[in-house]
Amino acid sequence: MQKLQGIAVSPGVAMGEALVMDNEGFRIPRRFVARDAVEHELERLDEAIHAAGAEIERNRAAVFRELGDQYAAVFSAHLQMLRDPALRNELDAMIRERHYSPEYAVSRALRRYAKVFQTIESSYLAERANDVIDIEKRLLRNLLGRRREELAHLISPVTVLAHNLTPSETANLDREFVRGFATEIGGPGSHTALVAEGLEIPAVVGVGPFLTDVSGGDLVIIDGDHGLVILQPDEETIAHYRYEAEQHKNRAAQLATLRELPAETADKVHIELLGNIEFPHEVEHCLERGAEGIGLYRTEFLYLGAEAEPDEEVHYQAYAKVMEQMQGKPVVIRSCDLGAEKLTFDSEAARNPTLGLRSIRLSLKNLPTFRTQLRAVLRASVLGDLRLMFPLITTQLELRQAKMVLADVMEDLDEAGVPFNDNLPVGMMAETPAAVLLSDRFLEEVDFMSIGTNDLTQYTLAADRSNKEVAGLYSSSDPAVLRLIRMAVETAGRLGKPINVCGQMSGNTLYTILLLGLGLRRLSVTPGSIPEVKKICRTVTIPQCESVAEHVMSLENSRDIKSYLREELKKILPELVP
Amino acid sequence: MAETATRTVTVNNPAGLHARPAELFVKTAGQFEAKIEVIKNGQRVDGKSILNILTLAAVQGTELSLEATGPDAHQALDALSELFARDFDENGTVKS
Repeated sequence: MQKLQGIAVSPGVAMGEALVMDNEGFRIPRRFVARDAVEHELERLDEAIHAAGAEIERNRAAVFRELGDQYAAVFSAHLQMLRDPALRNELDAMIRERHYSPEYAVSRALRRYAKVFQTIESSYLAERANDVIDIEKRLLRNLLGRRREELAHLISPVTVLAHNLTPSETANLDREFVRGFATEIGGPGSHTALVAEGLEIPAVVGVGPFLTDVSGGDLVIIDGDHGLVILQPDEETIAHYRYEAEQHKNRAAQLATLRELPAETADKVHIELLGNIEFPHEVEHCLERGAEGIGLYRTEFLYLGAEAEPDEEVHYQAYAKVMEQMQGKPVVIRSCDLGAEKLTFDSEAARNPTLGLRSIRLSLKNLPTFRTQLRAVLRASVLGDLRLMFPLITTQLELRQAKMVLADVMEDLDEAGVPFNDNLPVGMMAETPAAVLLSDRFLEEVDFMSIGTNDLTQYTLAADRSNKEVAGLYSSSDPAVLRLIRMAVETAGRLGKPINVCGQMSGNTLYTILLLGLGLRRLSVTPGSIPEVKKICRTVTIPQCESVAEHVMSLENSRDIKSYLREELKKILPELVP
Repeated sequence: MAETATRTVTVNNPAGLHARPAELFVKTAGQFEAKIEVIKNGQRVDGKSILNILTLAAVQGTELSLEATGPDAHQALDALSELFARDFDENGTVKS
């Protein structure tokens, strides 16, 4: 058994056979082969070794011609590894006696060697691990050929283990079969993490290198509550997690009974609980948990999931679907929040993407794309209580420009006789310190504000949440971030404008008491968190929350704040302590 | 009854028995009929398997026993210890 610590990004526990994706996205399957297919499989292995050998020969010859014998020697070593008699005996035995598929046998045998080499202290020798992995890939490529299986076409339940998953790969995971995933890189709040939450599958990221320790088909546990990945779990661990899963189910059943009950504090103050969604199908998740609306509809996936830029109709269909399902309940659509690096391959843009051309800045530079989205939003505005929100507003000029474009699009629609709500409520995200510091001015010009704690934290603390080296600095409960939140809430209260918190902080049960204590009465959370957050709301009183918040604001650092909040939550609802 | 011969050698080249020397070793061993094994501190591996030899992690200064069993055992060990004696041609005296 091997326990690896990563970063928990989406709660729950998944247990199942591993599907390992290497850097090139190859799937390494375990397939037992039928007894009467053994000879055929051995022939396939022969062919693959032969073909891989021919490839290496060609490389060797080319390098020899260009650089000479010294450099070509490494390929001779590769060839010998490939044709190693001891390896071949091992592979034959695995296929003949254990009925492993050649793919699985290859990956298992070579990864074992790679692991041995990695533990060697001499760096010169340890590098041989890469040679072995190179050979493994070469063989797998030859074995799998065109039969390479795609993540989107699974036929049995798996846990996905990968170096990295892009947001669109994550979005395209087959929800029926993917039980959970874990990646070597990535941090909390990365887009991949958000998508995992949206899909409601347990996920752990930033585990560090571990893929060489696991082969397709191994039993793996992904503990998305504690950020653990457990390889080859022992019986006791498996039993423990089975028990936990059972408990979790019971708790979920209990929480489901809260659905029809109002989100009200014990002293009868109403708290508006809204859902954050990414895909139209998540509306269901919200409704079945009694959300009063959609507080944040992220629209990035219209851009990321597709091959081409989405046209107005694609936007409209998605929005219309959400509006129809919500039947008059409020829906806040956020305009595109992507970075330029996600849309183009412009390396200039990618140099410092979080401080670069992204989000509303990108929209304002890219007016035709922005206008397309706004047209669709406006057309959908007649289908219910739709509100529009601009992300990453930093200066008043930006806000005014965005509103001007909106007014312009309205005029066009008006001329074309297309109906829309000309009183469309317009709000903005407060996710830069600048937006909060000037919130009094901004609130004069918008109908509502929503605090995006993920970006606000990142910009306040100048720490990239997906960079493992500095992810420790990134904490939404840092006193500086909390002061900004309090400032925005107080300003909105003074000006009588609605304000809420979206972002991961609002869905974390650890912070519910604090957020209520800071004066928030609207929370937009991951649908999965609604029942737990509601449970907390129904248990506490506002004065109680206020005194907790007051104490929190006197604490020095996020660690103390978190442990204090954990203690406070433990006192009232120990089972909800994350 | 097959003949068994044993010889002790030391790895002298600075990078140890890494890919290229290991390749040379295995290639040489493969020319003989005898079964060849390499032993480091009791760890015994197949001398005709480069992967096995690399797992020995034989860095500079490592002492290895070579054991050959078969009709040409002695010739095999002569050829193999010759490789160690000339440091696999790696100590600045690269053979052209």
